[in-house]
Amino acid sequence: MSATPPGTDLRPYLPGVEPERQVTDWGRSERVEGLLDRTLVDFFYRLWFRCEVQGIENVPDEGGALLVSNHSGALPPDAPMIAKAIKEEHPRPRPVHVTVEHFFKGYPGFSMLLPKVGAVPAHPANVHRLLYDEGQLVLVFPEGRKGSEKLYRDRYRLRRFGRGGFVESAMRARAPIVPVAVVGAEEAAPIFAHVKPLERLTGLLYFPITPTFPHFGLLGMLGYLPAKFIIRFLRPVRTDTMGDEPWEDKGLVQTVAQDIRATIQDELIEMLGERRSVWFG
Amino acid sequence: MTSKRILLTGLSTYWGGRLAQALERDAAVEAVIGVDRRPPKVELHRTEFVRVHDSHSLIRRIVEAAEIDTVVDTRLVVDSIVTTPRRAHENNIMGTTNVLAACGGAGNPVRKLVFKSSAAYYGAEQDDPAFFTEDMDRPHPPATPIERDIVEAESAVRAFADRHPHVTVTVLRFANGLGPALRTSLSHLFGLPAIPSILGFDPRLQFIHEDDMAGCLEHAVRHDLPGVYNGAGDGVLVLSEVAGLLARPLVPLLPPVATGLAASLLRRAGVRISPETLGLLRYGRAVDNRRLKATGYRYRYTSREAVLKLREHQRLSSIAGAGQEAYRYERDVEDFLRRSPSVRPAERRPLTTLANLAPGERREPQKAGGSGAFEDLGADELIALLPSLEPAALAELAVHERDHAARPEVLRAIASLQGFEGDR
Repeated sequence: MSATPPGTDLRPYLPGVEPERQVTDWGRSERVEGLLDRTLVDFFYRLWFRCEVQGIENVPDEGGALLVSNHSGALPPDAPMIAKAIKEEHPRPRPVHVTVEHFFKGYPGFSMLLPKVGAVPAHPANVHRLLYDEGQLVLVFPEGRKGSEKLYRDRYRLRRFGRGGFVESAMRARAPIVPVAVVGAEEAAPIFAHVKPLERLTGLLYFPITPTFPHFGLLGMLGYLPAKFIIRFLRPVRTDTMGDEPWEDKGLVQTVAQDIRATIQDELIEMLGERRSVWFG
Repeated sequence: MTSKRILLTGLSTYWGGRLAQALERDAAVEAVIGVDRRPPKVELHRTEFVRVHDSHSLIRRIVEAAEIDTVVDTRLVVDSIVTTPRRAHENNIMGTTNVLAACGGAGNPVRKLVFKSSAAYYGAEQDDPAFFTEDMDRPHPPATPIERDIVEAESAVRAFADRHPHVTVTVLRFANGLGPALRTSLSHLFGLPAIPSILGFDPRLQFIHEDDMAGCLEHAVRHDLPGVYNGAGDGVLVLSEVAGLLARPLVPLLPPVATGLAASLLRRAGVRISPETLGLLRYGRAVDNRRLKATGYRYRYTSREAVLKLREHQRLSSIAGAGQEAYRYERDVEDFLRRSPSVRPAERRPLTTLANLAPGERREPQKAGGSGAFEDLGADELIALLPSLEPAALAELAVHERDHAARPEVLRAIASLQGFEGDR
């Protein structure tokens, strides 16, 4: 018995925007993001990866939507490229929030930088607020670290999609899910092996051996190979037509998650079949 | 339910004083009784003050004797910097037990309990959500003594609410408070020449201005709001943003590993960083403030504005005399003022204590002879009043002062305030 019953729509009470501020309530900084966007991200997007974007019309113009993509690379280049693709190609560009593991909030440096460029910890409450209350775009990688730590020989083989938490979040927010297939990222940052003792020593999630890391130091993490990127946005899956409280049906949640995984996997295989060269597309 | 006879704990805190002032001006309120360990810091007209000990063990007798219908409990210590750990624990645990005991039992007159708690209830951890809502529990057990106290006190309040369904129980969890009269771990850090931070971390922080704390408490007294409500200004700032607003450098004095050790070394050097603040400096914390807003409360200040207010205060406090308490409680004088037949009623006396009016009630001096209210004030008192004035009134006062007394220190203080208003 609360004065505001649990069903009350609190969306009208979201805090207003203070125009003097350059940082959002999520810690996203216009200044830092803009600077990176104009320099590094732009360079990689246009010149290095020569990103080709298909199906941008599948990203809705407004309201919350959950982008779900395959994931790879020690320091995954796919997230910034997807965000940049929407910024560059979409008729109504919108910022994308990328969910990252809680681990990064506790690691010095990452903790400071990642939120500034639009990363949020992958907490269900965070995803719900972004999708439902704020109507924003959220990008998730359901493979998580199982995706980013996978070895070169396993490329384009999608890992398990967790327990389908992302589907549940989209259902609760009644937001569509937009599957995204990215080709190129898995060759751009190949991992040949993992070094367990160094992983423990640095406290990192994993300590990979890549073409440029660790022998070129931390910047070697950015030493991507110039593979050609193709980013394909697929047809959205609506979640608002699945019944009253579809998230209570765990079987349905699992089925939808597996369907989306299969959609992306099939699309990847098709895209790889059409591709003539890793470097020129 | 309308509250008529109100007991207030923590009367000598800023929000306690403000709340008492607001309540005693309301003719519908029959009695306001305030208890605290220390005498009140603001001038009160009808509020009765009773001095009590940390454990508040005799409160029940006051409640019964005065037929209290509403208890506003603002006594919880939520910051370890304000007192010793032993006193804080005594106050938080024994005090809460005794206050709750005073509100329950057969034939007890109490129908409403407003309990002031803290967002420190949620802790500050790596896997926290970006915005805590009232229904969320903290993901890990409390790690610091103060947080343990808060969690324990709140669970006692919850148990009380379950046993006493006829009592409306409101719990207010406030974000970090900021304001001229408030001394907290964070305001101590923000007052240093450089603000210490942990290397590689830029936490998200949220604030509530002390006027809003009083406002939220009053809102809970005037409306029936059963349940838990977060109280926090709109907007979440990052620490570097706060440092920018305060125009102070941010110095990563604390290393990311062995932070506790480094903090204890800094403590020796006079930089007091409480254990619960370390969590904030690393992970930060923010709460969802919408549930209280949905009940009709409007915050006067955003988090950012609360920080700007603090900067304003920091600038003024470098001017001698500004920001000091203009009022001192003396029991005999209070007794005389309230009970002597020679005292004229308050409404027929001239208005001299602008600073002691609650915000929103501040009146600008009237055109004709309005500034006369300041005539008989000393320079120090006048300077203390200045921050409460609107820019127009300030300008008027500047002209008046130049034409009449022309005290250089007053003119300087006004000029510095106006300079600040100008560049905002």
